[in-house]
Amino acid sequence: MPLFFNDSPPYSNGMTLLSGLGPRARAFFSDIKGPWGPAGGDEPEGGENPQSGPWGQPPKRKRSGPSAPRQVTSLDDFLRKSRERFGGNGGGFSGGPSGKLIKWGIAGLALLWLIFTSFAVVAPGERGVVTQFGRYSRTLGPGVGFTLPAPIERVQKVDVENIRNLELGSASTETLMLTGDQNIIDLAYSVRWNIRDPELYLFQLAQPEETIREVAEAAMRAVIANYSLDQAIGEGRGDIESRVTQTMQRILDAYRAGVIVQGVAIRQADPPQAVNEAFKEVTAAQQQAQSYINQANAYATQLTQKAQGEAAAFDKVYEQYSLAPDVTRRRMYYETMERVLQNVDKTIIEAPGVTPYLPLPEVQKRPQQQQQPQQQSQPQPQRGAGQ
Amino acid sequence: MTDFIRRRPLISAVVALLTLFIIVSAFPIIPETKQAVVVQFGKPSRILGNTKAGINYRIPFFENIVWIDKRVQSVDMDRQQVLSTDQRRLEVDAFARYRIVNPLLMYIRARDETRLQAALVPILGSEIRNELGKQQFVALLSPERQGVMENVRASLDRVAAQYGARIIDVRIKKADLPDGTPLQSAFDRMRTAREQEARSIRAEGAKRAQIIRADADAEAARVYANSFGKDVDFYEFYRAMQSYQITFLGDGNEPPAGTNIILSPQNDYLKEFTGRGR
Repeated sequence: MPLFFNDSPPYSNGMTLLSGLGPRARAFFSDIKGPWGPAGGDEPEGGENPQSGPWGQPPKRKRSGPSAPRQVTSLDDFLRKSRERFGGNGGGFSGGPSGKLIKWGIAGLALLWLIFTSFAVVAPGERGVVTQFGRYSRTLGPGVGFTLPAPIERVQKVDVENIRNLELGSASTETLMLTGDQNIIDLAYSVRWNIRDPELYLFQLAQPEETIREVAEAAMRAVIANYSLDQAIGEGRGDIESRVTQTMQRILDAYRAGVIVQGVAIRQADPPQAVNEAFKEVTAAQQQAQSYINQANAYATQLTQKAQGEAAAFDKVYEQYSLAPDVTRRRMYYETMERVLQNVDKTIIEAPGVTPYLPLPEVQKRPQQQQQPQQQSQPQPQRGAGQ
Repeated sequence: MTDFIRRRPLISAVVALLTLFIIVSAFPIIPETKQAVVVQFGKPSRILGNTKAGINYRIPFFENIVWIDKRVQSVDMDRQQVLSTDQRRLEVDAFARYRIVNPLLMYIRARDETRLQAALVPILGSEIRNELGKQQFVALLSPERQGVMENVRASLDRVAAQYGARIIDVRIKKADLPDGTPLQSAFDRMRTAREQEARSIRAEGAKRAQIIRADADAEAARVYANSFGKDVDFYEFYRAMQSYQITFLGDGNEPPAGTNIILSPQNDYLKEFTGRGR
C-alpha cells in the first residue's frame, strides 16, 4: 500500500483499487500506439488522450488552486516509484489487489480491442476491403460496417470515388515521341483514373501508380505511332485521347488492376523546340498567302467596279450622243476645253508666219512666284488640231 | 495453475509468450498479395496460398516460410539501341509485367525475387533486340501491329516459365531516335519539310492572287469592249475628252503639274476667236 501512494491518506482497499486503476490505465494507454491504435479511425485520438477516454473513465481529478503543484509532484513521484517497482522485482505482483488489477486491465483492454476493431467507419467515396485471416472476404460500402475483431478480420479502406490525376510530360522539359510519319512531337498529357474494384486494386498490382504511369506511356507511344505529326498536333487529338484511354483500359484490365481510366487529356502537342521556328514559318506563310489573295481580290473588285462604272457612264452618254451626235460632240468638246483651259496659263500668239522669241525661262518662273514650287515640267506647246 | 502464476509470474509470463509465439508461427496468415513456400531444412516441401489466401499451418521450427509476391510485378529494361534491317537506330525502353505462378519452381531456380528479376532483365533486352532487329524501321514505330511484341512476350515467357513466372505482356514505353546525328538529321528533315511547305504555300498564294488579278483584268476588258465597241469613233472622242481633263486638271486625287498652254490662233478651239469674217 505505501508503495503506491506516499502522500495519500489511507483509503479502504476498494478505493485504492479504483483510484489506482486510473493512472495505471493511463500508463497502459500511453504505451499503446500499436497496430490497433490508429485503427480506431474516427475516435478522436483515443489512444493518445486517455483523460477523455471513451469508456467512461472519470476525467482527471480537478486541480484545486494551491494544491496543484503538489499534485503534480505527487504524480511524478508516483510514476517514478511505480517505474522503479516495475523495473525492480516481480514480487510486487504477488499482492492480492495488484493481481486483480491485472485482471481488470486485461479485461478492459480486451473490451477496448473488441470495440475498436469490430466496426469500421467507411467514409463516403470509400470502400472497406475486409480480409479474414488475410483472405479477401467482402467489401464494405460507405457507413458503419461490422466485422469480426482484429486478428480475425481486418479492414483496409480505399478511396474509390476520388479521381486521380497523373501528369506525364511537362511544359518545361521536352517529352519527345516519334509519330507515324517519323517526325518527332513534344507531348504533355494527363491521365485521370479512379479505382473500380478496390480488392483488385489492393491485391493484384505490386506498384499500381507506377504501373498506370508506365501503361500510359506505352499506350500513348503506341497510339501516336499511328498518327502523323500534323494529325497529332491538330485535328487528331481527340481521336488520340480516346484511343489511348481504350488501350490503357484494355492493358490494365489484362492485369486485373481494378482501375478505370476516366480519360486522357493532351495538354500540349507541339513540334520540338529545335524545329519550332520552321513550323511558325509555315503559319506565317499561310498568312502571307492569304494576304496575297486578299490583295488580289481587292484589286479585282476595284477594277471590275471601275470598268462597270465607266462602261455604264459611257453607255449613258452614248445614248444621248446618238440622239444628236454633232451637237453633243461639239458641246462636250467645248465644255472640256473650258475646264481644261480655265485654270492654266495661256499664251496666244497671233502672228502668222513669224516665230517669236518665247522667254521660256520667264514663263517657267511665273508659277514659282505664285508659290507653286512642287513640280516644274517643261511646258509643252500644244499644237492646234486644225494646224 | 492460478497458484503457479501467482507464485512464479515471470516464468509463467515467459511460458505464455512462448506459447503465443508458437501458436502464431504455427498458423501463418497468408495475405491475398502473397504466397509462401514452406521450406523444411532447406528443402522446399509445399506451397501456401498459391490459390487461396487465408490462415494456414506449419510445423514451427521445422518448417520455414519464404514469402513470394503473388501480384503483378514489373521488370524494367534499360534503354537499348535497336538496329533495324535498314540500318537505322532506335533507342527502346520497354517493360514486362509478370506474375509468379509457381513459387516452388521460382524458389528452387531463383531463390528470391530480385534474382528472378536479374535473370529476366537481360533476356528481355536481348529478345527485344532480336525481334525488333528483324523489322524495318517504319515497322518499329508501331511494333504492336506486326505482333512483334507478342513474339517477344512468347520468347520471354518460355524463359520465365523455367522460373515459375508467367509473362503477361511486354510493352515498349519509349522508342526514340538516339541523340546526336540521328536525332539531328530527323530535326533537319522536319525543318526542311516545313520550309518546303512554307514556300509552296506562299507560291500557291501568289499563284492564286495572280489568277484573280488576271480574271479581273479580263472581266474589265470584256466590260469595256462590250460598251465601247458600240461606236469606236465616239469612244475615241469621249476618251480624249476624259484624258485632257485628267491630264490638265487632275483626277481629283493629286493636283496636276503646272501647265502653260501656248495656243496658236489657228487652233480649232480658237477658230471663232478670230472672228467669223476671216
